[in-house]
Amino acid sequence: MTQHGEGELSPEVVMAEMKKNGVTHVVWLPDSETNFLYLLMEADPDLDLIPVSREGQAFSTAAGLTVGGKKPVILIQNTGMMESGDSLRGWGLSLNIPVVMMVGYRGWTRHGVNTDTAATYTERFLNAFGIQYYLVENGEDAPRISVAFEEASRTRRPVAVLVGDEYHGFNR
Amino acid sequence: MIDTAEMLKAFAPHRGDSIVIPGRGGRHWTQISDQPNRDLPVGDPAMGGHASFGLGVALSLPDERVILFDSEGDVLMNMGALPTIAEKAPKNFYHFMLDNECYATTGGQPVPNAKNIAYEVIAKGSGYPATYAFDNLEDFATHLEEILEQPGPVFVALKVNPEVENTPIGARVRWQTRSRTQVIDDLKDELGIEGP
Repeated sequence: MTQHGEGELSPEVVMAEMKKNGVTHVVWLPDSETNFLYLLMEADPDLDLIPVSREGQAFSTAAGLTVGGKKPVILIQNTGMMESGDSLRGWGLSLNIPVVMMVGYRGWTRHGVNTDTAATYTERFLNAFGIQYYLVENGEDAPRISVAFEEASRTRRPVAVLVGDEYHGFNR
Repeated sequence: MIDTAEMLKAFAPHRGDSIVIPGRGGRHWTQISDQPNRDLPVGDPAMGGHASFGLGVALSLPDERVILFDSEGDVLMNMGALPTIAEKAPKNFYHFMLDNECYATTGGQPVPNAKNIAYEVIAKGSGYPATYAFDNLEDFATHLEEILEQPGPVFVALKVNPEVENTPIGARVRWQTRSRTQVIDDLKDELGIEGP
């Protein structure tokens, strides 16, 4: 197991949340906030990784998987999420797809001073679409991931988990 | 050029128990299909997403043959979906693409470089193991059994006549007989799939 500093969001904890919630497929495009999960996911025989070339494809892929009874999670960055607005609307919201999207919160800082517009517009974007979201920045926040899965299933809507932690400490 | 309705009529006897995502052929397929509960006529939730949607359905139901009737406008919008389909290589996925060389539902404006794109070459270059292109119904019908008997993913580009619509969207006759969510619920009931 990799050693992590106190309070950091460890990939093992995130994986445990995904496994606990029965995730079968990870539809993803690499980003700097969530790259720590890649090796663990790749090594897990119970997870099928589906790489996409543009984040909007993640929502239609997840919709198809859900129609067939599987439980995907979407793993993308906030920049790509904003590019994906129409796919989120059409393939996520209008088909009632209960998918959790784990979104790397690029530019986010707990100090409240954003110098990256990717962070400035992230929560405004989610609010515009009426998407509920939960901020996860350390291990203590990890149970919020399960809250997001429960809410997505209950409401039959996409729910976001904003990952406010970069493994390499860009935000620290 | 191929007439879309005639093409779908030629396909229908070969459908078997396949799950059919009729895509841009939906208005005709709903009149032809004899197993509507195994169809996914979701219309156009967001342009460009049908290929990825079909991939997801195929991966989630590996024992079912999944057939998609995509369009060239959709493929152009999300061409990056092709390498993902090729990498995941679902053996049960058959990707037909209707190429009318235009955006028919917005009045028939040409797609970029409309007459000079070899989509089957793009699919082949993306990694699809088998690709075809047809511009007449007779050739298509002759090869259809061969196409469907080989393992997927298979890509088939079809030159079709444009069916241009110029009436305002609000004034058009809706061909859908079920809502998108009802279509999905009906397929799940048909296949015994539980869950939201």
